[in-house]
Amino acid sequence: MADEITLEVARYRPELESEPVMESFQVPLREHWAVLDGLTYVKDQLDGTLSFRWSCRMGICGSCGMTVNGEPQLSCATFLTDYAPGPVRVEPLRNFPVIRDLVIDIDDFMTKLPEVKPWIIRDVHSPVEEGEYLQTPQELDEYQQFSMCINCMLCYSACPVYSLEPDFIGPAAIALAQRYNLDSRDEGAEERRAVLSSPEGIWACTFVGECSAACPKGVDPAGAIQRYKLTAATRSIKDLLMPRSRR
Amino acid sequence: MSTYQRPLALFWWLERRSYLLFVLRELSAVFVAWFVVYLLLLVNAVSDGAASYQEFLDWSGRRWVVAVNVLAMLFVLLHAITWFGLAPRAMVIRVRGRRLPPVQVVAAHYLAWLVLSAVVAWLVLR
Ligand code: SF4
Ligand code: FES
Repeated sequence: MADEITLEVARYRPELESEPVMESFQVPLREHWAVLDGLTYVKDQLDGTLSFRWSCRMGICGSCGMTVNGEPQLSCATFLTDYAPGPVRVEPLRNFPVIRDLVIDIDDFMTKLPEVKPWIIRDVHSPVEEGEYLQTPQELDEYQQFSMCINCMLCYSACPVYSLEPDFIGPAAIALAQRYNLDSRDEGAEERRAVLSSPEGIWACTFVGECSAACPKGVDPAGAIQRYKLTAATRSIKDLLMPRSRR
Repeated sequence: MSTYQRPLALFWWLERRSYLLFVLRELSAVFVAWFVVYLLLLVNAVSDGAASYQEFLDWSGRRWVVAVNVLAMLFVLLHAITWFGLAPRAMVIRVRGRRLPPVQVVAAHYLAWLVLSAVVAWLVLR
């Protein structure tokens, strides 16, 4: 095995460049090094000005998403040896404005996420003394997959609908809405409905499926969206036939 | 804050098979609409009597109309097949607490398609 590999890293320094340029760095090729370790090596040893986000280094925080050789990836969970002999092209996540180097502006996602109210909503909260809201393993199974989301936004980066229609609420936000809609303890489905069934919600999705392919956590946002389409369609038919019945 | 927004490449939809499929499926809507128009023209011709029906048949036999219809059928097939393919992702059906395997959901769709086609064929060819 060669002992070095080339990282081609997108640099964007707004005070220097009007658009990103690629810069190459030689980094050690070690067996357990992820792309993120390569970048850390660059920052520590070669060029301290390189900017990128990371935190947990173990695929949990969702902050290290980047485009590696054209694919959206968690850079802490993508290994250099898998790209040997290189070079490895590292760019910021697509479909987001770039602030600097590999750092993207995530404001859009941060404003959209609370719109689907991704928390447990109850009509009446039972007092704490009464204990937890109990749930069977089967009820947990209904939504558990969607609860694995780490908000890494790789799905947004992979989605061509999001790049064409930036108002699209997007895969993760819809999957997270479903995470609560399908939770037996939750009673907020009706409150989430307007946003989800709007043109910027589920109906913008035409099932490209790349979000689910890109997701590092097996969330299957594409599946969540299709499932809600069926729910929304059944609901509107019910409303049409029985306009007075609620919930 | 000055940010950089990557422009969309003209041929972005050729970058991946799934993107190409996505664009083709969007396009298929035009051909689905064409079949609706064609069907309406047929019904109209039939209701106008034998002569106009014969005229419609002659027009349908023209080379370009056949070509358009063959192309439209391919697109409609793409539409239907990809539609059936996503059905198990949209429908989570539980039978006695167990989730029905995706293949069975897809198979049920194809079966329904077959039965409906057989009924239509029987009505037309009878
Ligand atoms: S759904 Fe998957 S890809 Fe999208 S933000 Fe959540 S973990 Fe990341
Ligand atoms: S650094 Fe936390 S997910 Fe990669």
